[in-house]
Amino acid sequence: MTRVFVEGVGLLGPGLRGWEAARRVLAGEEPFRPASTFIGTSDLLPAAERRRTPVPVKLALAVGQEALQNAGRDAAATATVFTSSSGEGEALHHMCEALASTEREVSPTRFHNSVHNAAAGYWGIATRSQEASTSLCAYDASFPAGLVEAATQVVSWGKPVALIAYDQPYPEPLHSARPLLGSFGAALVLAPDATRGASATFELAVLPGDEKPTAMSDSRLEELRLGIPAARALPLLEALARKMQGEVVLDFLTELQLRVTVSRC
Amino acid sequence: MRRALREKRSALAPCDFETARIDTYVGTVPGLDDVRVRPDLLDYDCRNNRLAQLCLEQDGFAGGVAAARDRHGAGRIGFYLGTSTSGLHATELAYRRRDPKTGALPADYRYAETQNAYSLGEFVRRYLGLAGPGFVVSSACSSTAKAFGNAARMITAGICDAAVVGGADSLCLMTLYGFHSLGLTSRAPCRPFDVDRDGISIGEGAGFALVEKGDRARPGAVLLLGVGESSDAYHMSTPHPEGLGARIAMQQALDSAGLRPADIDYINLHGTATKTNDTSEDKAVFEIFGPETPCSSTKGATGHLLGAAGITEAIVCILAIGDGLMPGSANTRSVDPAMRSNYLLENRQAKVTRVLSNSFGFGGSNCSLVLGVAP
Repeated sequence: MTRVFVEGVGLLGPGLRGWEAARRVLAGEEPFRPASTFIGTSDLLPAAERRRTPVPVKLALAVGQEALQNAGRDAAATATVFTSSSGEGEALHHMCEALASTEREVSPTRFHNSVHNAAAGYWGIATRSQEASTSLCAYDASFPAGLVEAATQVVSWGKPVALIAYDQPYPEPLHSARPLLGSFGAALVLAPDATRGASATFELAVLPGDEKPTAMSDSRLEELRLGIPAARALPLLEALARKMQGEVVLDFLTELQLRVTVSRC
Repeated sequence: MRRALREKRSALAPCDFETARIDTYVGTVPGLDDVRVRPDLLDYDCRNNRLAQLCLEQDGFAGGVAAARDRHGAGRIGFYLGTSTSGLHATELAYRRRDPKTGALPADYRYAETQNAYSLGEFVRRYLGLAGPGFVVSSACSSTAKAFGNAARMITAGICDAAVVGGADSLCLMTLYGFHSLGLTSRAPCRPFDVDRDGISIGEGAGFALVEKGDRARPGAVLLLGVGESSDAYHMSTPHPEGLGARIAMQQALDSAGLRPADIDYINLHGTATKTNDTSEDKAVFEIFGPETPCSSTKGATGHLLGAAGITEAIVCILAIGDGLMPGSANTRSVDPAMRSNYLLENRQAKVTRVLSNSFGFGGSNCSLVLGVAP
């Protein structure tokens, strides 16, 4: 059993604009109003970099920054686990389009933006963090994969780790091959010990089986959970928002699930 | 590989990959076009998964995993794999066959099973019949080195008892044209640490290792003694000029192994043969190890295997331990006089018990591994 303390949350999604506002929606105190995801300009990056920064990177940076602020942690001293199913679709699309043309003129910036760890690279530059950082993918299970990795890092290193899950829909024609419902980013700062900022603990257990995963109370939020890999975080965020105690079951891989026991602290 | 290292052979040849028209050398795995993926995994058919399957069939690896499955149970074996471009070449080919009216990709294009970074993970999981937890690390050229860290942490935390570590990265147009656009591809076979080095040679490759809890290691088995991971926080595609991130990763790997620099017999460098990588890596290595510790890059032999560099170079280190062979640098003629580390041009026979392997990638992602023989 792997146990970690939750110190801070960051969240951006359709109709979910930041953790403070979204918390009330997830707690059922305010109605969910569908709207496209708000991704503002990040003050983390120098102005010159902001324009070149791909949208999914901005999304990842924004939720990561919010979670660390809420946790009262210094980004420069916190290790990060980035996890995404989609990575950076714009760069991929433009590169493939250029490579299918006769000229094959590719942009060097698009090339380095196309790597799956582009968000981690920009994060390091923006926060000056030289801590360990990894970038994972497990298709629809990218969030539970990242959560397991972040929690084992916390336990192994005895240090806080920020988990940053994000997904951004692809442009066409890739969108039709892999449709995602919208942009979604969720970040959690996890720590090894109880601190003043810690609000809950997660106890993780990877279990065989195909029990039904925990669904969202609101059907439109349930659509998001099913339609965006990073939104698989929603049942856990709902449990945090409702100050709930109990088990949350997340789908992981085929016949494999992640059970998270949420407790208050 | 063992013989190639002994003979200091290089696999690099003028680039004739697919329709690429770039004046550079590449390391190609011959026969990939003829590999037929296992019939039940046909949906996953792409160059990268063919390469993975070809590798899983070598050296009795799949059989070794089957034995481990009997020992631990399929559900207790995880998989921590890495790739940088996965089955991206399948997407490149699909973009040539878009519907002229709608722009749609062809109906037979399979995103999840080819393009997605996890394609490799699910392919290997199914091929080997594993049922434990896992994922794919895609942190560019440090991916399959970092996968060792994932496996070690998962096993220590009790999430699995054993894990398959490694991965595959195959040639595609994106990396050839992309590195070329950055001015980083050499027109000759790459010459790591050479005074005249002028860039990388891209290669393709795969490697896998089965890792289990160290307390059951037989004498002579190779142990993962330490892992160090850091970020440059400097630039997306250029390493930190003083090798600061590299230094942190190497020092952490030593610290986590409880070793001093003098305990390391050989260093397998990242050594890509770009001006900037080799200069900054040399500074970092010299800073920690001084002028004595023998080191070399094997990329003159293999090319830069990108996401597969970490696992293949860890295997070079395991062979170095087993064979007492520190490989000299293929293709390098005269070492840049500005370099201060003890760079090996020729093979050296010596007792090797502990080695360090460096893997650094785009986005400033650094990983160092310390491997050693069990007493």
